[in-house]
Amino acid sequence: MTATDAPSAGQDMRDIPSRPETAPMPALSVDGVSHAYGARRALIDVGFSVAPASFTALLGLNGAGKSTLFSLVTRLFGIQHGHIGIFGHDIARSPGEALRLLGVVFQPRTLDLDLSVTQNLLYHAALHGIGRREARARSQEVLARIGLADRAASKVRDLSGGQMRRLEIARALLHRPRLLLLDEATVGLDVKARADILSHVRQLVAEQGIGVLWATHLFDEIGASDDLVVLHQGRVLAKGKVAHVIADAGGSDINTAFMRLTGSAGQDGGQAS
Amino acid sequence: MTSETITPARTGFSPAEYFTCLSGIVWREALRFLHQRERFISALVRPLVWLFIFAAGFRQVLGLSIIPPYETYILYEVYIAPGLMAMIQLFNGMQSSLSMVYDREMGNMRTLLVSPLPRWFLLSCKLLAGTAVSLLQVYAFLLIAWFWDIAPPPSGYLTVLPALVLSGLMLGALGMLISSGIKQLENFAGVMNFVIFPMFFASSALYPLWRILESSPLLYYVCQFNPFTHAVELIRFALYGQISWIALAVVGGCTVAFMVGAILAYDPSRGLIRRGPAGGET
Repeated sequence: MTATDAPSAGQDMRDIPSRPETAPMPALSVDGVSHAYGARRALIDVGFSVAPASFTALLGLNGAGKSTLFSLVTRLFGIQHGHIGIFGHDIARSPGEALRLLGVVFQPRTLDLDLSVTQNLLYHAALHGIGRREARARSQEVLARIGLADRAASKVRDLSGGQMRRLEIARALLHRPRLLLLDEATVGLDVKARADILSHVRQLVAEQGIGVLWATHLFDEIGASDDLVVLHQGRVLAKGKVAHVIADAGGSDINTAFMRLTGSAGQDGGQAS
Repeated sequence: MTSETITPARTGFSPAEYFTCLSGIVWREALRFLHQRERFISALVRPLVWLFIFAAGFRQVLGLSIIPPYETYILYEVYIAPGLMAMIQLFNGMQSSLSMVYDREMGNMRTLLVSPLPRWFLLSCKLLAGTAVSLLQVYAFLLIAWFWDIAPPPSGYLTVLPALVLSGLMLGALGMLISSGIKQLENFAGVMNFVIFPMFFASSALYPLWRILESSPLLYYVCQFNPFTHAVELIRFALYGQISWIALAVVGGCTVAFMVGAILAYDPSRGLIRRGPAGGET
C-alpha cells in the first residue's frame, strides 16, 4: 500500500523529499508517520530526523509510541501513513538497502540463550550475508572491544544482564551499520551496567560516526549536548538540541521541561533497581 | 510492494550472500535441534508407540486387501509406516511453527526479520531448515522400523526422499501460515487439537480409504479433501518406487498455496503480525 501511492517508476531512488534545512543526508528521517492499531492511534503525524554521528534521545513514557516507532523503522510493521528513510533509502520501497545500514537493539532480549556467544554472532552475520571467515574475524574483533573475548564459547544463558546487552550491541554492529537504534537498552540493568552501556554507545557516536537513536524514559540518560525528541501519547511535542527544548518549554532542566510539555510527571530513573 | 522487494536488482544481494544466509539459518536450526535432545526423542517415540502398540493391537481387527502400491498381502504395521512418517513431519511442521510463535513473543523472530534480505527468502530458508530436521527424524524412524520388519525395497529409501522433502515443505508451510495467525503461545494447544488430530485421523494414514467409504461416504470425501491424505499417499507410493500423480499434484499445489499465504501473512504491509506490538509495549 505504501508503494502504490507514489507512481514514480524509473525515477531517482531517493524517494525522501530533499529538505533544504538538512543539507547532509540524515541518518534517519521520519516524515508524517501515523500508525493505528484498529481504533487506537499509537502514532500521530510523527516527524523528526537523526543526523549522522549524533546521539538523539527519544524521550517518552511507557506507552508513548516508542516501540511502535521502532517496529516501523525496522519494517516489522508496515507503514500506514508517512515515510521513513535511512540515509535516503525509503524503508518501504528499498528495505534491503535501508536495513543494511541499520543496526537495532530491541527492548526484549533477542539472543539464543542455548547457543554460545560466538554462535549468536555468526548467525546474525549469516543473516546479513557475511561469509563465515569474515564473520569469525569480525566476531573476535567486536568481542574484544566489549571485553567478552574470554566468554566467546560460553552459553549466552550464563552471561549477566549487562553482558547480554553489550553482546546485543556488538551483534547489532557486526554488519557495520551507520545508524543504530536502541529501544530502552538499559531496562533491568543495575546502575553501573547502565552507565557502561550508555558510555559505550556515546563512544560509538564519537569514534565511529554512527548515528544513534536512543529511546528511553529516563531523564538522567540524556546529556546536555544531545539531540532530543519528546514523544508523548503518539505525538512529537518538542525536538531539537536539549538546551533549546528546555528553553522553549520554559523549564529549568529536562525534568521540568518534560512536565511542562506533557503536563505530567516523568520518571527519574536514577534509583532504578 | 512484494514485487519490489523480491527484485534482486533493487536490493542488490549476491548469490553468495543468499547462500550464506540460507546456510546460516539451517545451521542455527540444526544447533537448536541438537540442544533439544528431548524433542528428538519424543519425535521418535511418538510414531514408535503407534507402531509397536497400536499396530500390534489392530493387526487382528483390520483386514487389508491387496491395494497399490503393495503387491502382496501386507501386515498392518507395514501399512501404517508411511502414515507415521507423515505424522512425524506433521508434528515437526507444527512444532517449528510453535517455535516461531515463541520466537515472536520472545523477540528472536525480530532478529530474523530485520535481516536486509527479502522476507520471502528468509521464510523459505526457515521452512527448508525445518524440513531438513524432519528428514533426520523420519530416517531415524525408518532405521528402527527396519528392525521391526518394515523393510521397503532398498531403493525405496532413496526414492522416498523427494516425496518427504515435498510433504515436509507442505506441512511446514502450513505450520508457518498458522503461526502467523496465532497471537499468543497459549492458543497453540487449540491448534494441536483442531489441526493435528483431525488431519491425522481423517486421512489414509491409519486405514485405507476404501474401508472408510464402506462405513461413511461423507468421511471418505473429507479424507479426500485432506491434503495430509495426499502427503501420506505420496510417501507410500514413493517408498515403493512409484509416483501417485494425484497426490503429487495436490501436495505440490498445497505447498505453493500455503507458502504464498505464509509470505503474505508475514508481509509487514498487510501481515497479521502488525495487529499488535510484539514487545508488549506500544
